[in-house]
Amino acid sequence: MADHHEHHAPTGWRRWLLSTNHKDIGSLYLWFSFAMFLVGGLLAMVIRAELMYPGMQVVDPDFFNQMTTTHGLIMVFGAVMPAFVGLANWMIPLMIGAPDMALPRMNNWSFWILPAAFSILIGSVLMSAFGPGNPPAPNFGWTFYAPLSTTYGPASTDFFILSVHLMGISSIMGAINVIVTVMNMRAPGMTMMKMPLFVWTWLITAFLLIAVMPVLAGAVTMMLTDRHFGTSFFDAAGGGDPVLFQHIFWFFGHPEVYIMILPAFGVVSAIIPTFARKPLFGYASMVYATASIALLSFVVWAHHMFTVGMPLAGMLFFMYMTMLISVPTGVKVFNWVATMWRGSLTFELPMKWALAFVILFTIGGLSGLMLSITPADFQYHDSYFVVAHFHYVLVSGAIFSMFAAVYYWLPKWSGVMYDKFWGEVHFWSSLISVNLLFFPMHFVGLAGMPRRYSDYALQFADYNWWISIGAFWFGISQLFLLWVLIKACFLKKGEKATDEVWEGAEGLEWTVPSPAPFHTFDTPPVVK
Amino acid sequence: MSEKTTSYYVPDSSPWPLLGSVGLFLIAIGGGNYIQQSTSKVANDGSMGGIILAIGVLWMIGVMFMWWRDTIKESIGGLHSDQMDRSYRQGMLWFIFSEVMFFGAFFGAMFYARWLIVPWLGGEGIGAMTHELLWPDFQAMWPVTTAPDGRTTQAMGAWGLPMINTAILLTSSVTLSIAHHALIAGDRAKVLWAQGATIILALIFTGVQAYEYVHAYRDLGLTLESGIYGSLFFLMTGFHGIHVVIGSLFLIVTFFRVLKRHHMDGNNFAWEAAAWYWHFVDVVWLFLFITVYWL
Repeated sequence: MADHHEHHAPTGWRRWLLSTNHKDIGSLYLWFSFAMFLVGGLLAMVIRAELMYPGMQVVDPDFFNQMTTTHGLIMVFGAVMPAFVGLANWMIPLMIGAPDMALPRMNNWSFWILPAAFSILIGSVLMSAFGPGNPPAPNFGWTFYAPLSTTYGPASTDFFILSVHLMGISSIMGAINVIVTVMNMRAPGMTMMKMPLFVWTWLITAFLLIAVMPVLAGAVTMMLTDRHFGTSFFDAAGGGDPVLFQHIFWFFGHPEVYIMILPAFGVVSAIIPTFARKPLFGYASMVYATASIALLSFVVWAHHMFTVGMPLAGMLFFMYMTMLISVPTGVKVFNWVATMWRGSLTFELPMKWALAFVILFTIGGLSGLMLSITPADFQYHDSYFVVAHFHYVLVSGAIFSMFAAVYYWLPKWSGVMYDKFWGEVHFWSSLISVNLLFFPMHFVGLAGMPRRYSDYALQFADYNWWISIGAFWFGISQLFLLWVLIKACFLKKGEKATDEVWEGAEGLEWTVPSPAPFHTFDTPPVVK
Repeated sequence: MSEKTTSYYVPDSSPWPLLGSVGLFLIAIGGGNYIQQSTSKVANDGSMGGIILAIGVLWMIGVMFMWWRDTIKESIGGLHSDQMDRSYRQGMLWFIFSEVMFFGAFFGAMFYARWLIVPWLGGEGIGAMTHELLWPDFQAMWPVTTAPDGRTTQAMGAWGLPMINTAILLTSSVTLSIAHHALIAGDRAKVLWAQGATIILALIFTGVQAYEYVHAYRDLGLTLESGIYGSLFFLMTGFHGIHVVIGSLFLIVTFFRVLKRHHMDGNNFAWEAAAWYWHFVDVVWLFLFITVYWL
């Protein structure tokens, strides 16, 4: 049946630009996100170059602010989110035995909106960097709090607002596609509680996306009208409140945090059982834990703004709700460890990344628990401790899980095994450097170094030098991954992958050939 | 005409998604420049914004026309299986859910303003010092007809035109339901008059809203710039109005499709999607009428 479709497979530019194929669109998403990862990383290198020594050396403070802002925005919306959407595109139809995503044309639209959105955002950075006299790029932090982004926002803010609208449209359509695919396209016998956990985590993630991306759209729309049409949403003189912006933003922002980590949980829950050669421990509890985390994410947002001034009852409510999240998260970590308990463990690269994820993500989770304690947060707030926390969960959490996923499924995508030597170099090099980069941030943060400043007090100089060394090292390490990917995807060099690829792997994606043919499951498989 | 297939239809490659992205890009670039060039709040010496925006909008209309033309052809060509039909229906419902959340942001902002911001600015609770130091004369009230900095406006009443408009919109939902039952029963003539009545009521509603805006600006001094009440009033009713217009266009399109004898054979996803959308717009209005106009 694959041959029947072979002559329909489009070639050349049409194949990529006009695609309706979930695998091709998945690859587009993945390469786009990798490109954004490198661009966002380059901006981080500028930040760390400036912070390597105290005093001002490399850039001026305003440009530094543009770097922190656009680094955050590009990494969150351009690198992490599209990476997981790409993974969903590739893997969900393969995992549930569907011929494609439910709405293939809308799928392509979701993707092609992203280059439009990011060319606007990156365009404002390039204009600011290379066009003297041009207005600065967004410089108010990735959270774009009012009034920094309203009254004091540069001219590029309006284009930033519209690019956020585009990103939102893209995310919502992508999420609708995932939900409909999962609900409607499962092969006969693939009941909900038989779905791989990656599918479950993405189903719940997609629900979060549809629920909160429109709220973000509402927030930036209010910004736009405050900036240009005289409304007073975030202006107390007219009866509004800048804090209202923070509430709306974090009502989006906190579920957003889980949008970036729930698919990572799914990836790790796929990989650990394979290399422990045991089924996932506590499958049902994993599903319920994921759903609990998602629901709780709607009632914890104000823990990002304890110091802004709110009634005591509010602070207590948000503190306890936040602490409650550690329960389902703990269930997950416990289940991963229990899956490995007495398993026949081997440590191929995907497993190495997954183990690094479990340990380092837990460190980030524990610092999160510290931050949730309201009175303690008054000390930690807006310090490098916060920066350390969210980089542990996002870099050594979300991004490490993406690396794990890439090494795990690359043989299925490309048909050849990754280069083991350079893969190992990438892993060890990243693992050491990421800790050198982010662990000392805990110390400088607790000692009082504030985030988002281009300079710091002299007592922080030694740590910052090491942090910058870690940053450059981590940045260079990613070029090893680029080489691994080029070798497997374009040069097609490497050991030929079998259909199953991994000895202990289970699931429908391992029943199709490697590389997966252009069309799979035209006739749905029957799941026992 | 609509022989249903059993296999899931995966369309061949299509240019519309890519061209749709180009359209959105033009709208964003053109819109951003146009807003800056027409409001003079930030420096933007150019003059092309409006033209690029107009090209983008026309471009998008063209893309939507062509894209939906393709799907309608597929639909009447019998390429849509029951499973495909479910995909479209579920997709539409989740889209409406995303719209609910969009309005949720504005309703949330309104309740936060009414229950927290305004009392605090008036000196209650944690706002005592703000009130004392910044705007000691401000009186907490809703609607805020005198803003902290002294701007004044009149509030929009609920029992004149807004109530009539509520009745119009509720009636339109009833006529649409009549049309829906007729569609299922296969009574084409009844679908046409009931749906036609819905569309006429929709247009009257939009007309009355437009008149209400003129009244607000001209007689009440209620504008976008009259503080938090004006901000919320115009953005909430304005976004609702935009959705009414979109819903009306959707109903007009399916009206013409019924005229062309589509939808009468149970293959009626698009018709029902338009109806769901209209009922959603109606429900949003009820909440608006109660919270923005009345209470």
